[in-house]
Amino acid sequence: MAVSGIVIFMKIHVDAEKCQGHNRCYALAPELFDVDDYGNAVVIGDGSVAPELEDRARLALANCPEFAITISE
Amino acid sequence: MTSTEDFTPVTDWATDFDHADPQYNRNAHAIWAELRGTCPVAHSERYGGTWLPTTHEYVREIAYDTENFTSRAVIVEKMIPPDPAPIGGAPPITSDPPFHIEARKLLLPPFAPKKIELWEPEVRKLCRTLLDSMMDDVASGKSIDAAADYAKRIPVNVISRMLGFPMSDEDLFLEFVHDVLEGIDDAPEIRFVKIERLIQYIVTQIEEHVENPRDDLTSYLMDVELFGSKLSVEHIGGSIILLLIAGIDTTWSAIGSSLWHLAHNPDDLARLVADPSLIPTAVEEFLRAYAPVTMARLVAKDHDFHGCPMKVDDWVLLPFPAANLDPKVFPDADKVLIDRAENRHSAFGLGIHRCLGSNLARLELTIAIEEFINRFPSFTLAGTEDDVVWSVGQIRGPRELPVKVLAQ
Repeated sequence: MAVSGIVIFMKIHVDAEKCQGHNRCYALAPELFDVDDYGNAVVIGDGSVAPELEDRARLALANCPEFAITISE
Repeated sequence: MTSTEDFTPVTDWATDFDHADPQYNRNAHAIWAELRGTCPVAHSERYGGTWLPTTHEYVREIAYDTENFTSRAVIVEKMIPPDPAPIGGAPPITSDPPFHIEARKLLLPPFAPKKIELWEPEVRKLCRTLLDSMMDDVASGKSIDAAADYAKRIPVNVISRMLGFPMSDEDLFLEFVHDVLEGIDDAPEIRFVKIERLIQYIVTQIEEHVENPRDDLTSYLMDVELFGSKLSVEHIGGSIILLLIAGIDTTWSAIGSSLWHLAHNPDDLARLVADPSLIPTAVEEFLRAYAPVTMARLVAKDHDFHGCPMKVDDWVLLPFPAANLDPKVFPDADKVLIDRAENRHSAFGLGIHRCLGSNLARLELTIAIEEFINRFPSFTLAGTEDDVVWSVGQIRGPRELPVKVLAQ
């Protein structure tokens, strides 16, 4: 969305305490999530989501068994 | 069907359930649905006292509660194993915090997604070889056993290669799996002898790896350090038992149940054949609806759990498959929808004990389905439902699944 000429992106966040490495987000949205050497999820970059990937971000959130993903818009 | 003589059939699932009764796994969905509506935490005097929660809320609550429940034993049996918390007999699945995470961190890297992805060509080749060996029977119009001759053979082959154990011992591994997971009704002295046989086998394999260390998980476990020291032989052996036992029966069951579903649902089968890109989504739905693994805990402290007086050393079954079928959490929970996009299922558990091998299990399951339906785009159950043999105990899946391949 554009506010006064500034583009504000949707942002995703992974709670490292809650993530248990189910790997659903990395499987569903590898453009947005990566996994570390232990198989736990990390967001790519600063977690900003390009508009065309917003549905993917929501899908990843809806498939996390541990409710470890949050989205701020 | 159970392996013991002193088993008595269940008459009432709410007050006398026994997951070693062959009727339990065969009718599990109906039993859980009935209990969820009438008695969400069932109790049985069997195995010295066992609880069975059937709602997602309760299963989740127990999975996250490592204070009131210990993992030091995770397979319900007549005698509680002597291995003390927080390590238990098969770390890290039998370990509690704070030890648990340290033991788990040793095994997470070899099972992380990017390490497991590398196995894809090997798994695919294995599936194709198994399918090749069925072609004569198919050509002559005979039925094939999709559980015993296909699903079962995939994980046992992969894990024995990962551990660096002789491939010629595959049938022995299947006996060990049966002894540990299905022999739960055995008298303690019989069970002891069977478990001892497994332990002796593992010790022999460890000794062989001392002589010939190589690039496999057994040598890896013998080499890693925890708190600045090499692992004890008990720890190494316990972890190997975990990898060997937990990796075989579970994946075999998931592949078998998925093929059982497709044998019953020609529309779903045709849809996946026409659009293989849907298979990963369908696999998640099969995992939800036919989750193979029920874990267990021991009560660590006397406490009241939603009106249930739980006492120290009571067993508690954690039926993740029942949680996955809870209509409060999953819309149309009793329907298998192979395009279900939002699927927060807990087939691999919840909390700190999330299945270590989940990435490998998913890989094997996905490729097994892809290859099977690619080779046999149309198949159905051969015979009747009575010809399907289901497992007994905490791991649920078909042990014999006769299917008939149909001409295109």
